[in-house]
Amino acid sequence: MTERMTGAQALVRALEHVGVDTVFGIPGGAILPAYDPLYDSVKVRHVLVRHEQGAGHAAEGYAQATGKVGVCMATSGPGATNLVTPLADAFMDSVPIVAITGQVASPMIGTDAFQEADISGITMPITKHNFLVTDPGDIARTIMEAFHIASTGRPGPVLVDISKDALQAETVFSWPPVMQLPGYRPVTRPHSKQIREAAKLIAEARRPVLYVGGGVHKAHASAELLQLAELTNIPVVTTLMARGAFPDGHPQHMGMPGMHGTVSAVGALQKSDLIIGLGVRFDDRVTGDLSTFAPYAKIVHADIDPAEISKNRHADVPIVGDCKEVLTDLIAAVQAGGQKGDYDEWWRLLNGYKRTYPLGYEQFEDGSLAPQYVMERLSALVGPDAYYVAGVGQHQMWASQFINYENPGTFINSGGAGTMGFAVPAAMGAKMGRPESTVWAIDGDGCFQMTNQELATCALEGVPIKVAVINNGNLGMVRQWQTLFYDKRYSNTDLQATRRIPDFVKLADAYGCVGLRCERPEDVDAVIKKAMEINDVPVVIDFVVHQDAMVWPMVAAGTSNDDIKIARDMAPKWENEDE
Amino acid sequence: MSRHTLSVLVENKPGVLARVSALFSRRGFNIDSLAVGPTEHNDISRMTIVVSVEELPLEQVTKQLNKLVNVLKIVELDPSQSVQRELTLIKVKADSESRSHVLELVQLFRARCVDVAADAVTIEVTGTPDKLDAFVKVLEPFGIKELVQSGMVAVGRGARSITDRSLRALDRTA
Repeated sequence: MTERMTGAQALVRALEHVGVDTVFGIPGGAILPAYDPLYDSVKVRHVLVRHEQGAGHAAEGYAQATGKVGVCMATSGPGATNLVTPLADAFMDSVPIVAITGQVASPMIGTDAFQEADISGITMPITKHNFLVTDPGDIARTIMEAFHIASTGRPGPVLVDISKDALQAETVFSWPPVMQLPGYRPVTRPHSKQIREAAKLIAEARRPVLYVGGGVHKAHASAELLQLAELTNIPVVTTLMARGAFPDGHPQHMGMPGMHGTVSAVGALQKSDLIIGLGVRFDDRVTGDLSTFAPYAKIVHADIDPAEISKNRHADVPIVGDCKEVLTDLIAAVQAGGQKGDYDEWWRLLNGYKRTYPLGYEQFEDGSLAPQYVMERLSALVGPDAYYVAGVGQHQMWASQFINYENPGTFINSGGAGTMGFAVPAAMGAKMGRPESTVWAIDGDGCFQMTNQELATCALEGVPIKVAVINNGNLGMVRQWQTLFYDKRYSNTDLQATRRIPDFVKLADAYGCVGLRCERPEDVDAVIKKAMEINDVPVVIDFVVHQDAMVWPMVAAGTSNDDIKIARDMAPKWENEDE
Repeated sequence: MSRHTLSVLVENKPGVLARVSALFSRRGFNIDSLAVGPTEHNDISRMTIVVSVEELPLEQVTKQLNKLVNVLKIVELDPSQSVQRELTLIKVKADSESRSHVLELVQLFRARCVDVAADAVTIEVTGTPDKLDAFVKVLEPFGIKELVQSGMVAVGRGARSITDRSLRALDRTA
C-alpha cells in the first residue's frame, strides 16, 4: 500500500510503524517540519526536554529500562552537537538509541549555513552507524534500517540526519520498506566446536570463574546464567554494567570486580585458572595492569562483537555469539559432558576472602553522615524491585557496592564513558519506560548540577522520579585521587557546599519538586520513607555527607589487581590460600 | 612490523572512504597507501589498503573494519599469490645531451615516455614498489622535477574472484 505525503509525515509514520511510543527532544529550525506531523501523532509522545543532552540520556535510560530502542530528536547545528555526549555514552555502553536530527536544506550543505554542523561526520566515531538523508523517498527505509542496526547484534546508537528539504518535499510512502544493508550481518549463533572446547575447559578447571558483563543483560540471559552457574557451581563476578544480572544475594556471587571491586571478586579473577568471560570487554577498569591480570587463567571469551575477542586479552577459546545462545549451548554441552569439576578448594579460598574482606566503610565520629550508609538504607527500604540510576563518581561506586541488586537491569549508569550528569535525565527516561516501577536517581552534587534542569521536564510531564543527591560538596572522586596521588592538593574540586549555592532544597522547590534534606544518620530512614510516600511529583533529597568518605577497595589506575587496597595503605593478605 | 595488503569491498556510497580512513587513524594505524575506485559492479567500490602492522593489531583493525556497515568484504592479499601494482609519473630533466640516456633507462624499465619538452620528459611507469623505487633511483642523477605516485592496487592470482559472493548479497537486498 502506498500513500503520498511529505518526508516529515513519512518520518513520523515510520516511527509509529517501528513501534516508537516516546521521543525526547527539542525542536528548532531544520527539524521544524517534522514537529508538525508529530503534533498530530497519537502513538508517539514527544517529551520536550530542557537540553538536548537530557534528551539523549533520557533515551538511554528508556532503552536500558525497557530493552527497546530509545529515541531522541534535535535540530541542526548546536541541537545536534548537544547530542554528542549521550551518543558517545551509548556507544561505549552499547545502548540502543536512535537520534534524529534536522539538517540544513541539501543545497545549503557545505556552505557554513546558519546552524549547520556536519553531525554525521562529527558522530562517525561514536555511533554504530549514521545516515545523512537528502531524498524524502529514503526516509522510511532509513528509519527502519536505523532501528534494525541499533537493536541487533551488539546494540548501539544510530544517528539519522535529515535535510530540511527532504522533510518538506513530497514522497510516496510504503511500508514495510526493503532494507539495503548488504554489509551488516551480525553473528548470533555460537560455533558448536568452540562451545565443546569451553565445556571441556570447564570440566578440567580447578579455579574457574564466570566474568559477567553487560552483554548478559542485553541478551536477557540472566536465567540461563543462573542455570549454568548452579549446574557447575562456578563463582560469578558481575561488572558495573552487569550488576543484577546475577543476584547479589546468591552465595555464588563474589561481587563486582575492578578498580573498586570487592576483594573476593578481584581475587577470584586474579587467582583463577579459567575465566569464562560473557559479554565483557576486559576493560582497563576491570583488568588493572593487563600484563599482571589473571596470570594463571585460560580465557573463554564469548561476545557478540568479534572485535572484542582477544582485543585486550588473548582468548584461548573465542566464542562469537549472543550470550543467551552461548549460555544455552554451554549448559547443554556441560550436561552432555556429565563431568563435574572439583572446586572445593577454590570455594574454601574464595569464601575465605569473602569472610575476611567484606565491603565496609568508615563511620565519622562527629556524627556526620556516611554516604555508604545512605546506600545501605536505600537498599533496605526501597528494595530490589526499584530501578537505581547513578551518575559518575564516588556515589556511583557506592551505589554499585552497597545496594543489593537482585534483578537484571535494575542498575543503570554510565560505565564506559563515565558521563557526569547522566543520572537525572536517564532516570526520567527509565521512569517513562517503566511508569509502574519506582525509579531512584542517585547523583553526586557535581553531577546533579550538570543536568538537573530536566527536573522541570519531570515535574511538567508527570514523571515522579526520586533523586538522592549525595552531597559531599566536592567533585568527590577527583578529590579522592587528589588525596591519594596529589598530596591533598585540592585543585578545583571544592564546590563550597557550606555556602549552599545553590540550595538543592530550594532548587527542587523552584522546579516544582519536593525538596528534602538529611544531614544525620538518624534521620536517613525517615527521609527515605517520606520520599517513598510522594508519588505525584519528583522528590529531591539533599543528603549532606562527609567530604572525606572514600571509595574502597581500590586498585590504583595502571597498577596490578594484585595490589588492591582495602583502605589507605592496607592490602589484603592473599597468602591465606595456603591455609 | 610487516606490510599487509587489504582488499576491501565497500558499498559505493558517499562518505565510505571517510569512514574507513577515519577508522584507521582513530585506532592508531598508519596507512602506507590507499587506492579506491569502481569495480565491475556499479554498487561496489574496491579499496586497496597497505598497512604496516604486526599480526595481532592487523586482526583487530580487520575486525573493526568489518563492523562498518558499508564494508562488504575484506581479503588480505598475499604478495606471492597476487599481482600488486603502483603507477608513478615522473618529470625528469632531460635536454638534448641527456635525453637519450634517460630514454635508455625508460626502455630498460619498460616504462613509457608520455610527454616531451625541450628540457624535460615525463615518464609513466607501473610495477611493484621495489621496481618503482629502483627506477626513481636511477633517474635521480638527472634531476627529478616532479613525482606523483598512485596507491597500490592488487588482485589475487588465478580464476577466483573476491567480488562474487558480495554481489549475491547485494542482489538479495536490491
